Amino acid sequence: MPARTLFEKVWDAHLVAASDGQLPLLYIDLHLVHEVTSPQAFDGLRANGRRVRQPLRTVATVDHNIPTTPRGLPLTDPIAARQIEALQKNCREFGIPFFDMDSPDQGIVHVIGPELGITLPGMTIVCGDSHTSTHGAFGSLAFGIGTSEVEHVLATQCLPKKKPKTMQIAVRGKLPEGVTAKDLALGIIGQIGTDGATGHVMEYTGESVRALSMEGRMTLCNMSIEAGARAGMVAPDETTFAYVAGRRFAPKGKDWEDSVALWRSLATDAGAKYDHVVNIDAASLTPFVTWGTNPGMVVQVGAKVPELSSFPQEADRRAAEQALAYMGLQPGTPIEQIAVDRVFIGSCTNSRIEDLRAAARVAKGYHVNSKVRAMVVPGSQAIKLAAEREGLHRIFLDAGFEWRESGCSMCLGMNPDILQPGERCASTSNRNFEGRQGRGGRTHLVSPMMAAAAAITGHFTDIRNWRFDE
Amino acid sequence: MQPFRKHTGIVVPLDRVNVDTDQIIPKQFLKRIERTGFGEFLFYDWRFAGDGKKSDFVLHDPRYAKASILVAGKNFGCGSSREHAVWALADYGFRAVVSSSFADIFANNSLKNGLLTICLSEEQVAGIMRRAREVDNYQLTVDLETRRVEDNQGFSETFAIDEFSRHCLLNGLDDIGLTLQQEAAIAEYEAKHPARTAMKTVLANS
Repeated sequence: MPARTLFEKVWDAHLVAASDGQLPLLYIDLHLVHEVTSPQAFDGLRANGRRVRQPLRTVATVDHNIPTTPRGLPLTDPIAARQIEALQKNCREFGIPFFDMDSPDQGIVHVIGPELGITLPGMTIVCGDSHTSTHGAFGSLAFGIGTSEVEHVLATQCLPKKKPKTMQIAVRGKLPEGVTAKDLALGIIGQIGTDGATGHVMEYTGESVRALSMEGRMTLCNMSIEAGARAGMVAPDETTFAYVAGRRFAPKGKDWEDSVALWRSLATDAGAKYDHVVNIDAASLTPFVTWGTNPGMVVQVGAKVPELSSFPQEADRRAAEQALAYMGLQPGTPIEQIAVDRVFIGSCTNSRIEDLRAAARVAKGYHVNSKVRAMVVPGSQAIKLAAEREGLHRIFLDAGFEWRESGCSMCLGMNPDILQPGERCASTSNRNFEGRQGRGGRTHLVSPMMAAAAAITGHFTDIRNWRFDE
Repeated sequence: MQPFRKHTGIVVPLDRVNVDTDQIIPKQFLKRIERTGFGEFLFYDWRFAGDGKKSDFVLHDPRYAKASILVAGKNFGCGSSREHAVWALADYGFRAVVSSSFADIFANNSLKNGLLTICLSEEQVAGIMRRAREVDNYQLTVDLETRRVEDNQGFSETFAIDEFSRHCLLNGLDDIGLTLQQEAAIAEYEAKHPARTAMKTVLANS
C-alpha cells in the first residue's frame, strides 16, 4: 500500500461504497446533535416516515441558546424554550441519548464529546455546527454539516462526500513563552487567510503541536474552520491516549488495548504526500489580537492597527476599510492602547479547564478594571465543577469576574449574553464577525490569558510582560 | 427539493468579500424550528438599522427588487454551518449565487436546497458585478444542463459542478433516498465495524 496521510487512513477506513457516477459514501461513527440545527431534520424524518438508523451513534445536548444564569430559573425566551422542547421530544421519540439542561454532563457539544470519552481517535464525527473540527485534535475526521446533512446522517448514518484535498500545517520550532494554541491558530489564519484552506483537511504537525496538551490541540483544530478548512487533524499519540484513558465511555480492558494499537497506526506514513504544505515558524509568533471583522484580520499584540495602504488588493483594502469603520478604529493605533468594555472567557475554542487555569493565573491577586464587565463561562458542567474544586472560581469572583453556568453564551449571542451596540469585547471565542456577539458589538479575538489581562488593565496588554502573583 | 434546470433572472451586486453566514442570517432568527419563512430576515442587520428603519443596502434598490441571482466577492458563505442562510436566500427568491469562491459547508447546503452556487474567476465576477450596477435590468441565464452562464452583453462561460450534484439538482432528487438504496453496503459495513464507544451506557446515563 502506498504511503498515506492520517486523513487518508481515516477516510479509507470509512468508505462504505465508491461507485461510478456517485460521490463516495462515508460512514459516520458519531453524530453530535444540538437544539439549533436539528429540529428541521427531525421533521424531515417524520415527513418521510424515516427512522434514526443508529440512535446509539448519536448524542444530543443543549448548548447554543440556553442561559448561563443559575440552572432552574425559568427560560425567559419562549422561542428558545420551544427549540429546547423540540430537542427533548425528538430525542425521546427516536431513542437518542440526551444531556439536558439539568444534566451534570451538559456542556458545549464539542467540549462534552471529548470529556466523556465519546470522541475517540480515528472516528468520523459530524455535527450541525462548523466547530465540529475541534474533535480532529484526537486524529478523528470531524466536520460541520448543515441541517439537510444532519437529516441524512440521522436516516442513513452515512454521507455522500467529495474527497477533500490535504494540507499540512508544518509548525517548526517551539512556541515562545506566553504564546498559546489560540495564538498559533490566529497566526496561521493571519498567514493563509480565512479561505486559505477551503476544500482541504488540515493536518497540524511539528514539535510545538506535539507539545500541546489535548486542550491546546482542540483549540487549534477548532479554529481550522476559520481558515476555511473542512477539518483539522492532529495524529494521536501518547498525549491523546493519556487523555482518553479511563474516560467514562471510552473503551476499557482488552478493547482499550486493541483500540490503542489501531490508533497508533493512524499517523501519517513517512513519504506520504499532502496536496499543499504551509510552513509556520513558531519562534516568530507572539500573542495575537484581531482588529477587524474576520479572524484573518489579526496582528501581533505589540503592533498597530494596519494602514489601509498595507493591503495591495483593492477588494481587501475596501474590506479593511469597512471593518475599521465597524470596529470604530483608526489605522496606526497601537493595539495596547485599545480599551475594552467587556471580556468573555468561554466558547468551544477556549473554555476548558486548562484555559480557565491560564486565565485564573493572570487574574490572581488583581481586580477587573472598574470600566469593564468580565464573564467566565465554563464549557461544561464538569469543567465548572472541576474548576470549583481547584478554587479557580474564587480567584475569578474575588477579582470581579462573573462565574456562570456552561453553554455557548456570548460566542454567538443566541442567549441573553450579548454585547450592546458599540461595546468592545476581548473574547476567547472564534469569530469576530459583525454583530456576532450582539448587534453593533465589536469583538477582538484573543487567548484566555490575554482576555484576563485586558479585563484587569482595561485595554489589550501583552501577556509576556505580566507580573504574575504566585 | 426544487429542481434546477435553466433560470434567467435579474442580478443584484453585493460588492463585499468574505460575506459570512452571520450576516446572511443573524443569530436572533435561528431559534425558529421551521425551514420556511427566513426570507424576511435575510441580511437583516445590513438591511435595517437598529431602530428598524431601512438602510441604503443594495437589496432595497428598486432596480433589484425582482433579482433572483446574487453576485458577491470571494469566500461567500464563510463561517457558521447554519443552513438557515441558504433557506433565507432561497425563501427571499434567489435561485443562484455567483462568486469567485464559496465556503465548503455553505456550498454543500446550497446544493441540498436547489440554490446553485456558480464559481467563476475574480475578473469574471468583477465584470458581472460592474454590469449589474451599470446595465439596467441586467440579467444572467444559468443553464445547468449545459453548465453555462451567460448574459446578452457578450459574456458566456461554463462552470464546474460535480456530476452527482448536477444530476440531483436537475431532477430535484432526495439524496437521502439514494443513500438508502445502498442499504446492503451500509449494513455490511456496520457488521464489520462495531462501535468502540460504550454508547448503550451513554443512553442509560443520559
